[in-house]
Amino acid sequence: MDDPPGSAGGAALVAQTPPLLQVLDPEGRLQVEHPPLSDEEVVRALRGMLLSRRFDERCIALQRRGLMVTLAPGIGQEACSVGSAMALDPARDWFVPQYREAAGMLWHGLPLVQAFLWHMGSPLGFMVPAGKRFLPFQAAVAGHLPHATGLAWGLRLRGADAVVLAHFGEGATSQGDFHEALNIAGVVRAPVVFFCQNNYWAISTPLEWQTAAPTIAQKAVAYGFPGIRVDGNDLFAVYVATRDAVARARAGEGPTLIEGVTYRLGIHTTADDASRYEPLELRERWQDKDPLLRLQRYLQRRGVWTEALASRLEDEVRRELDAAWEEARRVPPPRLEDSLERVFAEMTPRLRAQREALGEEG
Amino acid sequence: MPVMTIVEAIRDALHYEMARDDRVIVLGEDVGTSGGVFRATDGLFEKYGRARVVDMPLSESGIIGVSVGLALAGLVPVAEIQFMGFTHNGFHQITEQLARIRYRSWGSLSAPVTIRTPFGGGVRAPEMHSDAFEAHFVHCPGLKVVAPATPQDARGLLLSAIRDPDPVLFLEPLRGYRLIRGEVTTGEYLVPLGKARVAVQGTDCTVVAWSAAVEVAAAAAAAAAEEGISVEVIDLRSLAPLDTETLRASVTKTGRVVVVHEAAQTGGVAAEVIATIQEDEEMFYSLTGPIRRVCGADTPYPVQMLEPAYLISPQRVLRAIRAAVRA
Repeated sequence: MDDPPGSAGGAALVAQTPPLLQVLDPEGRLQVEHPPLSDEEVVRALRGMLLSRRFDERCIALQRRGLMVTLAPGIGQEACSVGSAMALDPARDWFVPQYREAAGMLWHGLPLVQAFLWHMGSPLGFMVPAGKRFLPFQAAVAGHLPHATGLAWGLRLRGADAVVLAHFGEGATSQGDFHEALNIAGVVRAPVVFFCQNNYWAISTPLEWQTAAPTIAQKAVAYGFPGIRVDGNDLFAVYVATRDAVARARAGEGPTLIEGVTYRLGIHTTADDASRYEPLELRERWQDKDPLLRLQRYLQRRGVWTEALASRLEDEVRRELDAAWEEARRVPPPRLEDSLERVFAEMTPRLRAQREALGEEG
Repeated sequence: MPVMTIVEAIRDALHYEMARDDRVIVLGEDVGTSGGVFRATDGLFEKYGRARVVDMPLSESGIIGVSVGLALAGLVPVAEIQFMGFTHNGFHQITEQLARIRYRSWGSLSAPVTIRTPFGGGVRAPEMHSDAFEAHFVHCPGLKVVAPATPQDARGLLLSAIRDPDPVLFLEPLRGYRLIRGEVTTGEYLVPLGKARVAVQGTDCTVVAWSAAVEVAAAAAAAAAEEGISVEVIDLRSLAPLDTETLRASVTKTGRVVVVHEAAQTGGVAAEVIATIQEDEEMFYSLTGPIRRVCGADTPYPVQMLEPAYLISPQRVLRAIRAAVRA
């Protein structure tokens, strides 16, 4: 019997606290000689992050007016979301989100209208349009991680040249499904990148109460594959780490766990009041590390960031959001009867009867 | 027609489907080189290798969750959970993820996963290996639950389950794996999901059962016949969806009903069967007396020494039949 594939690299990995990879410091100073992305690409990334930031702000405001359901903004974490999505090829790779990654999902092809519908509580927000390679947002923490493993493994078995990127938070690493998904991924050497956005808070529970391990990245050692730790508010670091992990996966070298060290700049969801548990000084410290600010500072140093560019991006994003929101509001709400048709490929006799009864009552 | 045991019929179905459709992948604990702890997957590994017959880590939630992903990649996973008592380690993945994916994606995704698992007691298995938890899953929208009683049905239903576009929990009678034998139609012979079977024809009383309890009900029917009571045994075969038509044809004929299951009484599938009969006007008005159920006591499934007393005996079913007919 041949050795299981996962055992190959295991012995070479040593349990240690991985260093924090940083390419751009909070002042926007490049820590390496050559930037990994062109100025044009950086502006495009910043636009994607800004779109998500303004989307979140608008949705929170709409939620306060009763027009949206409970939602979890990704404010402060846009570099993790967009930087990792940039390393994917949307024509063949898959994005498997938790629920705080609208930024990355929009980058990977989620229509903005659908993002609004999701926050409006419409089931249409969970659809995967034909030809798109992402799964719907996942409310059960870590519940999607075994799917990412299976999807990556299955695509490889089917002969596809695809990589799967799965997002989750540090809270998810306490779940059994995190362990089972990473363990199996290591054993079958699935082409999957596990991206943990360590934003310090799982609602009100800080990292120290989630795990006694000094880092999330080092958990990868136990699964027999590399764990990388990056400054999660540094778009360049996130992009480089994910790009390399995607290349490894595509080359058949198996999974990677990436820990993006970031911070939730705001509420867990619109139903949360962070002032009950969050030290103000901690928030203030992280506000200066805002990933959007950092990119602006970088572009400023490069002489690219101008008032004109800033207002052009804001205008473009506002117009895009206005148009999508108007379109989302015009989408007729689906009927409950229609949902009964989507439980099975074909309705059971009882579902048919229930559907008829609903029609009569309606 | 060859005569097979239940486990042989299941094995034959797996060999048949894997040869027919190269998207079918078998995964589970010990399904590969050992051929499964009950030998249900024997010979598959030798024929198809590690790429299609995968010995998985001891990880029920992982096995189910990974199967969802494999299905999304275009494969047709047939996952084995070694004993039903351990399906609950993967309960979230079965009920909230697998069974829900078509609905929550508004019909844009589907996961045609078959989960095979033996259930029920009577083989002196260790604690937590004999539970009959079918009711937990019958209550789950988006999941089909099948429980064959004969080798013929085991093979025919498994082919249907694997080809079904939706997830199916395929419950195999542990006690019947080697004890129940019968003729099996091989080749392209499918038994449709959602259709019950008249196992024994009769006119005085309907006994509804599934899986290993069908044999118990049939033994009770034979004993009742000696007393001049003609019993019809309905083998539900599919617990979800339920075949109301076959129930109606029998109940309106006999007017008397006994429902049998090994699982604990409270909240069991018998309750759903009885409610279905009760709310159907035709069936309800044909009843001549109360519906009875013969079920396990409301205790966890006991360890070996108490098993024989816990299991439903033909005598218990016969007593219920007598009471129903005399009411």
